[in-house]
Amino acid sequence: MTQTHVQPDHLVEFSQVDFAYGTAPLLRGVNLRFPRGKVVAIMGGSGSGKTTLLRLIGGQLAPRRGEVRVEGKQVHALSHDGLYQLRRKMGMLFQFGALYTDLNVFENVAFPLREHTRLPEPMIRDLVLMKLQAVGLRGAHALKTSELSGGMARRVALARAIALDPMLIMYDEPFTGLDPISTAVIANLIRRLNDALGATSIVVTHDVEESFRIVDYVYLIANGEIVAEGTPKQVMDSTEPYVRQFVNGETDGPVRFHYAAPPLRADLGMGS
Amino acid sequence: MNAILRGLRLVGRLTVNGVWRLGAGTRFMGIVLLRSGMTFRRPQLLLNEIYFAGTLSLIIIIVSGLFVGLVLGLQGYETLKRYGSSEAVGTLVALALVRELGPVVSALLFASRAGSAMTAEIGIMKSTEQLSAMEMMAVDPHSRVITPMFWGGFLSMPLLAAIFSAMGIFGGYLITVVVIGVDPGAFWSQMQANVDFRHDIVNGVIKSVVFGAAVTSIALFEGYDAPPTAEGVSHAVTRTVVTSALAVLALDFILTAFMFTGV
Repeated sequence: MTQTHVQPDHLVEFSQVDFAYGTAPLLRGVNLRFPRGKVVAIMGGSGSGKTTLLRLIGGQLAPRRGEVRVEGKQVHALSHDGLYQLRRKMGMLFQFGALYTDLNVFENVAFPLREHTRLPEPMIRDLVLMKLQAVGLRGAHALKTSELSGGMARRVALARAIALDPMLIMYDEPFTGLDPISTAVIANLIRRLNDALGATSIVVTHDVEESFRIVDYVYLIANGEIVAEGTPKQVMDSTEPYVRQFVNGETDGPVRFHYAAPPLRADLGMGS
Repeated sequence: MNAILRGLRLVGRLTVNGVWRLGAGTRFMGIVLLRSGMTFRRPQLLLNEIYFAGTLSLIIIIVSGLFVGLVLGLQGYETLKRYGSSEAVGTLVALALVRELGPVVSALLFASRAGSAMTAEIGIMKSTEQLSAMEMMAVDPHSRVITPMFWGGFLSMPLLAAIFSAMGIFGGYLITVVVIGVDPGAFWSQMQANVDFRHDIVNGVIKSVVFGAAVTSIALFEGYDAPPTAEGVSHAVTRTVVTSALAVLALDFILTAFMFTGV
């Protein structure tokens, strides 16, 4: 019996993934599924390993145990060329944009096109202007990266990330450090671009309000494990103490306000 | 007892660290050399780097070369005059420059001008995730950014050393012939008769090639290996200049021992 190649329903899949930097474990037995065409948020406190998940998908890190599959292919088992082939189909928006500071806005967006295609110059120009139009910055194409505000830089980086029409777009903390207007603009773009490109999006964030408005599914990660998952509504309605604390931004709960310390009286030398 | 243990532990850590960095650096340079294809398929990348490493270093090389030549001419003339052979000053200036000062001093200047800039550029690209972003765009930062820098530095360095030596000889000529009044015929003909192409000039060029490779490799590895913070990058730049200077001087000794002692 021959096995026909079936397109898996899930574009990206984590099964039983362990990861550690050095000896400190960061992820333990993580299972995640990212269905095609959806926008999925990975949420959790700072330092909970969210960004590491994106680096595992992009093959910049390899898991200690378990598998990360993209399009059914095990990422860390791919050859250098195989990995680079796969990455051509991914776009990633870095936390602060990671624009090339020696290139202007136009050239930043043109960069992946120039590196990966042999398109004639007029066509590159048209494509770049279309991508910039999609993020509302066609008029800014001649600006230097140093002339951009934080929100604009991130939109340019987004235009660059979608330059090759990726099947998977990853966002690393897209809302950090933005004013409310820019935040809303980026949030709407994430949703719109995903649907327009027929892509799948993964948003790593700790911004509850903005992301719950636009995503289809949420994973909540804490202490290296997935502690909750579901649609934004299900997560909102959860009674789990950690989820409640995170979603409502309470200062004390399962996550303590105080970092572990000896008793205050002892530290101040007042005896016990 | 504890102090001895601590001392041993420190020595151990430094040794392991040193060996580790040597290995990591060698592996890094291996990757850079293996992925050189793109640099030579896209000459524009290489030309940009030659411009940054070479052309932009020209001013400092020309000015320093000139001054070194002026000083050599003055000192050489004063010393040789005592032995009544002041016409030999041309030979002295030329030999000192093409054998030693040209390659060595221009390598030191190259390390502090171009090497430090390379380290800072790569370190900052790393700390602002530009290299990471490039990887995720399926563009290999080794072949796209680092390899062109290596070849740019590698090709620029011998040319800079040659320009340095030429400027130095011109400086020596200015001070001894034009200012002091040494006979120009004697100055040039002595130089021509006593500077051997194979033994002096080629050996000087070999030195500058070795120094260029060493300085550029150190600069690139330090940048690539820098911790992605402001402090990390600044330390890396310092290390580039210090390590390059030591490497150049040590290599110069070794090369000189092989080239000019006639063993």
